[in-house]
Amino acid sequence: MTERYEVHEHDVLVIGAGGAGLRAAIEASAQKASVGLVTKSLLGKAHTVMAEGGIAAALAHVDPQDGWETHFQDTMKGGSFLNHWRMAQIHAQEAPDRVRELEEWGALFDRTADGRILQRAFGGHKWKRLAHVGDRTGLEMIRTLQDRGVHMGLEVYMECTVTRLFLDGGRIAGAIAYWRESGKLVVFRAPAVVIATGGVGKAYKVTSNSWEYTADGQALAFEAGAELIDMEFVQFHPTGMVWPPGVMGLLVTEGVRGEGGILRNAKGERFMWKYLPEARRNEYAASEEEARRWLDASVAGKQTDARRPPELSTRDNVSRAIYTEVKEGRGSPHGGAFLDISYLPAERVMKKLPSMYHQFLELADVDITKQPMEVGPTTHYIMGGVRVNPDTAAATVPGLFAAGEAAAGLHGANRLGGNSLSDLVVFGRRAGEAAAAYARGLGGNRPRIAEAEIEAEARDLAAPFERAGGESPYDVHHALQQCMNDLVGIYRTEKELERAIEELAKLKARAAKVRIVGTRIYNPGWHLCRDLRNMILIAEAITRSALLRKESRGAHSRLDYTNPDAALGKVNHCCVRAGETMRVSATPLPEMPAELKRLFEAAPQPVGAKA
Amino acid sequence: MSAAPGTKPAGAAADGAHATEAVLSVFRGDATGGAEVEYKVPVEPGMVVLDAVHWIQAHQAPDLAVRWNCKAAKCGSCSAEVNGKPALMCKSRMDHFPPGKPISVRPMKTFPVIRDLVTDVSWNYEINKRIRPFSPRPGAQWRWQQHDIDRAQEFRKCIECFLCQNVCHVLRTHELKHQFAGPRFFVRIAGLEMHPIDGADRTLDLRDQSGIGLCNITKCCTEVCPEQITITDNAIIPLKERVVDRFYDPVMKLWRMVTGKE
Repeated sequence: MTERYEVHEHDVLVIGAGGAGLRAAIEASAQKASVGLVTKSLLGKAHTVMAEGGIAAALAHVDPQDGWETHFQDTMKGGSFLNHWRMAQIHAQEAPDRVRELEEWGALFDRTADGRILQRAFGGHKWKRLAHVGDRTGLEMIRTLQDRGVHMGLEVYMECTVTRLFLDGGRIAGAIAYWRESGKLVVFRAPAVVIATGGVGKAYKVTSNSWEYTADGQALAFEAGAELIDMEFVQFHPTGMVWPPGVMGLLVTEGVRGEGGILRNAKGERFMWKYLPEARRNEYAASEEEARRWLDASVAGKQTDARRPPELSTRDNVSRAIYTEVKEGRGSPHGGAFLDISYLPAERVMKKLPSMYHQFLELADVDITKQPMEVGPTTHYIMGGVRVNPDTAAATVPGLFAAGEAAAGLHGANRLGGNSLSDLVVFGRRAGEAAAAYARGLGGNRPRIAEAEIEAEARDLAAPFERAGGESPYDVHHALQQCMNDLVGIYRTEKELERAIEELAKLKARAAKVRIVGTRIYNPGWHLCRDLRNMILIAEAITRSALLRKESRGAHSRLDYTNPDAALGKVNHCCVRAGETMRVSATPLPEMPAELKRLFEAAPQPVGAKA
Repeated sequence: MSAAPGTKPAGAAADGAHATEAVLSVFRGDATGGAEVEYKVPVEPGMVVLDAVHWIQAHQAPDLAVRWNCKAAKCGSCSAEVNGKPALMCKSRMDHFPPGKPISVRPMKTFPVIRDLVTDVSWNYEINKRIRPFSPRPGAQWRWQQHDIDRAQEFRKCIECFLCQNVCHVLRTHELKHQFAGPRFFVRIAGLEMHPIDGADRTLDLRDQSGIGLCNITKCCTEVCPEQITITDNAIIPLKERVVDRFYDPVMKLWRMVTGKE
């Protein structure tokens, strides 16, 4: 049985065409590498398009006190100091240049009164730091990068799904994929591969993520022998829609809170004050009056000594707050909290949050200029992913690189809003540059793909059509989503995590026997068969890492270990393949150099930094 | 497609005040042909047509082909023709259709069908490659006021759902894809032309390569745009004026001959 396939050859193969993949491809191409850019969707539809609030960069256009050091501090504090310090440093230092570069490539950010890029407030950021375009910043970014790439002549493989990476003597040799349109196979010969596939949210039932977020890159890397770290840290965004059922989980931008949105419970109480961590309480307004002064100054574009409202606490914290309010019986009618921006002039709401206005009006019959929204936590992002070298984005397998959400290290135990878009361009660029250099350095000594491995993968992909019995992949997918939602959610316990491990083993067995009908031409059921394997594998990595972390830190909250543990604050949990099983172990967190440590000495240490 | 503010049936969103079942009549087929197939779907409050299509995939037809990404009207992937009207399926509320009648869901007509609801939109990506890219004027100041970019930002809201391309009769009825770029790309060109410091000249391209003269401003594109971009009035007409000023205005022609200036 030898299935025919087409072959393409590139120096660098970039998997994923969101912000990180596009930026990597642009850079590798600028370095004269031959680049193939593969995307599961049409170009310009990747998850980046959904990013709303903005891109964090210490441009200091609105708050002149800002600088890379403060951005670095905020990122480390927000991540409960589990971040790789060097990634956080590079990110804070390079983000402003990457934003200016987007502008040079045609992006049109909202402006300050003196004609520069405007910046807004966001959770966990000390100063107004997010460059933005209303509430559609991701669209602006992806379109800018897309057009830049198109005009560089990037070779783009649209609606093409990579299913396996090939190795030769431990080095990357290429990949195999199928065209979604025809179901036919494609082999890419490429010594350098950049994983830029985004996240894993589709393993959960309530999520803000699109169908694409099926853990492909993390699974491809894991199967190729790469290390995954910090997989227990899944971000539950505090504000997803909770009603109606069809849109449950859909994102409500943090920009709503950045623009003055107030969270209240069913009793009308502004509850976020109760949940501010003591160590950071002094960064937030102490009263309604001070919060209002901050907002008025923000709207007027003026400086103020008022501190920011408590709603702008970090996402992990706001999510737990809403969850707790609902659990204790103070939730909104559909099990969320009220988020209110209607006290501001309607004109301002429509100007700053136009897509939120339309989203609520059209999908929930709520006019946010007149009524509060109902919101609750939704699975949004994974801080963990492929372990990379901070400077080169190189994974632990030679020839493999990773950037964006698929990579780990920058965000530690919790990501700050706005740090994702900057992550994409800062580390996308570095990954593209390093991948091109790696490929160039190989000269004629290029790894080769073994024919037998191609054939084995072709057989695997065809199998769901050939089975006589077996269930629908959709049933297994729904069972997985329920399992992760119920057992590996915001609050976790040893007992539930252990049950999840058992469930996942059963789901893995079921997924190996799924059956599909129809042809290979644009068959979503068939596509899901493969995605399912990736999701179950990575769900296992999340669960095993969560089991091992017997503490609460950042986005990982354990009901049976409610405090941070100083010893666990010095390790990452690392998942690596050992034959057919997964080995999870603690590896030491790189230690911050003294000159950076000094940045934290003046300020009190946040909860979780030292137990 | 999705009702404009204020036009919803009274009580549409009231909890529980909804039909419990609907029939979706979905086109099944490929380039060689096909037919609509009816599926019974349970209806939840606030459900959209895309939810119903997903329900069919999960319970009745796992191979039903549909393109979608965000389910939040931000990516423009799930364009189709619902009850004959071009729309994003993720914004088409089930409770806005007359109860008791099947809801027809068909692929966009202007593009070749690949399978079921998925069409081949690759032509659009080829047109995009021909557009002269953003070219900042040398020495320009990178400072501008918000009001200088409000208009260009309107064009940059485009999510590339290609519904405007789908309804444009130059493309849909006359099939002039080889001569005409379509509203989506006039919007893109307008976004570049109205960028405060762009210095490229796309006027000749607009006339020859993009065939802007073929548009006779029926505004179908503007009506269908899910991002409420005023395509015809704000993008196409000003671009047409540039072409006319350059190539067809006798006074301007004389001025150029005398002064040698553009």
